[in-house]
Amino acid sequence: MTIAGGNPSLRIDPPYDSPGYRSSSARAPKQPLVLLEPGLLELGGPVFGEGLVAPGDADLTRQHPGEPIGERINVTGRLLGSDGRPIAGQLVELWQANAAGRYAHEVDRHPAPLDPNFTGAGRCLTGADGTWRFVTIKPGAYPWRNHPNAWRPAHLHFSVFGRVFTERLVTQMYFPGDPLLEFDPIYNSVRDERARKRLVAAFDWETTEEEWALGYRFDIVVGSRLVTATGTLS
Amino acid sequence: MNETPSQTVGPFFRFGLEWMQHHAIAAPGDPGASEISGVVYDGTGLAVPDAMLEFWNAPHFQRCMTANDGSYRLVVPRPAPIGDQAPHIDVSVFARGLLQRLVTRIYFPDEEAANASDPILALVPPQRRQTLVASGTGGRFRFDVHLQGPQETVFFAY
Repeated sequence: MTIAGGNPSLRIDPPYDSPGYRSSSARAPKQPLVLLEPGLLELGGPVFGEGLVAPGDADLTRQHPGEPIGERINVTGRLLGSDGRPIAGQLVELWQANAAGRYAHEVDRHPAPLDPNFTGAGRCLTGADGTWRFVTIKPGAYPWRNHPNAWRPAHLHFSVFGRVFTERLVTQMYFPGDPLLEFDPIYNSVRDERARKRLVAAFDWETTEEEWALGYRFDIVVGSRLVTATGTLS
Repeated sequence: MNETPSQTVGPFFRFGLEWMQHHAIAAPGDPGASEISGVVYDGTGLAVPDAMLEFWNAPHFQRCMTANDGSYRLVVPRPAPIGDQAPHIDVSVFARGLLQRLVTRIYFPDEEAANASDPILALVPPQRRQTLVASGTGGRFRFDVHLQGPQETVFFAY
């Protein structure tokens, strides 16, 4: 049995071939994907855990001798299955641009300064209730060459492993109220509006620390990627 | 349905994700170890220098970034049959331009009988099955990934 690759009516995820996102044109598969029932291998991990992560890995503001420039933020959320159950002890990876919108990556040529006190990469394990937490710097927007005067809204990249292979997810978290969101082909590649809005974090007083840092909350829900056979997003 | 949608890994992920690629799980020459290498190509035949591949062959997980020439290389323990399926490795492909990961499988060319009765290969149109089977002999195999084009690799969805 095959399905059309990334058929937007059947998927929460963006279609592979998303014309507004120029890089997808030569990289999106053209042949239909082959639909599988997950088997023993796909339902048997991978699971990470102790030993990969040190406690300081979740604080991106303390990886260098000095403090990074920018707006300090706490970002927290829960890693959940689509059944609502917390996923405990699993790996969450975060990477991002610095406050000026520049990545610590050799190919990034945006003429904004690198910050010697900020790399922009961290990781942590989820707690018993699925909670993860990072301290970092709010990233800046940056230009890209997708179309004339194209700018990416500020975003954090997240990589998570669910309970099994089929729940693997790489995504991006955006900030509420960002005026660039409505123009961003990557954010808007998610066709369903309710699904798209789940990519935007909520400002959160509970994790906002007085005289120190604003807080944002972003729950990450992983699960089987297909929606119902009727194609109804519910 | 309340899942968080996928977004592309983007072009600038190396500094955030390559830490795990140093967790090698086998060395060349280990008994039963296989070296697998290949190149990731886009639909115009260009090598993809900003892809990340993840290999899952329980209990072994490995992550590789492609080099500037689109190539990757890993050494893995040779997988065993999995239930009624021939020995294979599950592969996730992430790259700039891919809004969600692609999933494929590496099967082995010297497992002809097992491959012939593999229920997943049987779902694939016969003329495309060879895109899932590595080439090579002994402990050294080649597996290229074609994201698009006349030799497009078979990709799966769950």
